[in-house]
Amino acid sequence: MRQDIVIIGGGPAGLAAALAAKEAGAEQILILERDKELGGILNQCIHNGFGLHTFKEELTGPEYAARYIAKVEQEKIPFLLETIVIDIAEAEDGEKAVTAMNRERGLFVIRAKAVILAMGCRERPRGALNIPGYRPAGIYSAGTAQRYVNIEGRMPGKEVVILGSGDIGLIMARRMTLEGAKVKAVAELMPYSGGLKRNIVQCLDDFGIPLKLSHTVVDIKGKKRVEGITLAQVDENRKPIAGTEEYIPCDTLLLSCGLLPENELSMNLGVSLNPATSGPYVNESLETNIPGVFACGNVLHVHDLVDYVSEEATAAGKYAAAYVKEAAETACAGDGTQICLEAAEGVRYTVPSTISPSRMEDTQLIRFRVADVYKEVFLKVYFDGTPIISQKKRVLAPGEMEQIRLKKEQLQAFPDLKKITIRIEKEAG
Amino acid sequence: METREMICINCPLGCILSVSQDEAGEVTVSGNTCPRGAEYGRTEMTAPKRVLTSTVRIQGEKGRVVSVKTASPVPKEKIGDCMDALKEVEAKLPVQIGDVVLENVAGTGVAVVATKGMRL
Repeated sequence: MRQDIVIIGGGPAGLAAALAAKEAGAEQILILERDKELGGILNQCIHNGFGLHTFKEELTGPEYAARYIAKVEQEKIPFLLETIVIDIAEAEDGEKAVTAMNRERGLFVIRAKAVILAMGCRERPRGALNIPGYRPAGIYSAGTAQRYVNIEGRMPGKEVVILGSGDIGLIMARRMTLEGAKVKAVAELMPYSGGLKRNIVQCLDDFGIPLKLSHTVVDIKGKKRVEGITLAQVDENRKPIAGTEEYIPCDTLLLSCGLLPENELSMNLGVSLNPATSGPYVNESLETNIPGVFACGNVLHVHDLVDYVSEEATAAGKYAAAYVKEAAETACAGDGTQICLEAAEGVRYTVPSTISPSRMEDTQLIRFRVADVYKEVFLKVYFDGTPIISQKKRVLAPGEMEQIRLKKEQLQAFPDLKKITIRIEKEAG
Repeated sequence: METREMICINCPLGCILSVSQDEAGEVTVSGNTCPRGAEYGRTEMTAPKRVLTSTVRIQGEKGRVVSVKTASPVPKEKIGDCMDALKEVEAKLPVQIGDVVLENVAGTGVAVVATKGMRL
């Protein structure tokens, strides 16, 4: 099988990328999805709050997904369900060989001119958290519990403690409460929540669920089933403080301790990954270090908002279509000049990490996360040390993605520009 | 005069609102960055409302539920009653997005609609 563009993953990123690639003129597009339906994680995110940017209305996850799925069907973009990709390799001619598997075809290889990585992310599991105690039933990642409750209609437990205040944990605190469970506490290791402020209000405060900042689980009691957990306060080095232990009887512990981009396929392909995001390094075209391999959505960096995923994936789809066209015309992509983006004081990473001025659009969106909670600070952008942008920010927090826009004309005013630095500063001047 | 600080839940910006209500019941909102924020502050001060999202069972199906929402926000204090009412509801397949699964949930005058299309 030969394709112009193969898209790995049929969630929000893959769907938006496919539509944009089609609109940009790509002919042969194929979406590969491992689940039984398109839509990805949106299918289990039954809460509302999606689509305010994209559709100017508030939708639930399944409704947001349905709009994109309807467009994909309308555009007759082919997709394979229950199909898992097990390898992506670079062929000698620069094309990609995507090895996939499903029940009908067995193992098969698809040749593609371009590949868009849209595999999304996974939850950090218990094994990665070093929580002592036995391994009883009743410990779930928040997303697993969400699937049980929202798709299968099964309750994982009655008395719940949640470790981690990421958005899924907060959303599940409310969901479990609505379904009759008693959520006794949400414990967060850090001195600030990893979730959106609006979710603290509408998921915890609305239901009187306590949020215990600077707390973690130090013991799990129970051999066959969770019987209770012990929480303790932690010091500034995130070490438990002796004497602060508190035992809470419960039958369920949900873990909402962060998301990790799912990049096993990318790694095997030789895509370089940014340790700050666990996602690929990409340029302004969302292209990885492997030409013709693009990345978007949560496999690139974990987003707070699906609207931003769709926006990013739309760009990736468009650039992938341009790459396929360029490859056909054997045209050179840009003049080879690359400007580095440096994430300096207080900024953990930027996406993209390089910009080619000859290929950039009129404005380039830069997204990033900050390393800590900052109040009353300035977000500064420097071009080779010259201050260009200074924005006052009341609050910056690691849980909320930030963005700035660079204009092409700003870059053109600096013809020998090598490095763009983004940092947080206390002073305006 | 009562003044409360609250976080607007309309969008992920999470603006910090300062909402005051005087003796005459007049509400003033500051700190909002859009009209929706002002509206949220006023409603939250006087009669807080939420869109409720949940799931309902499907007739003749086990291990599958269909997601639903209230078609518009319902009074916050009615959310428990709405959940109780939804426990009694069974949707019939096929279901289309927007299909009403329950009219006038818990006497709020608001319908509960499906948010996912499902085939038999």
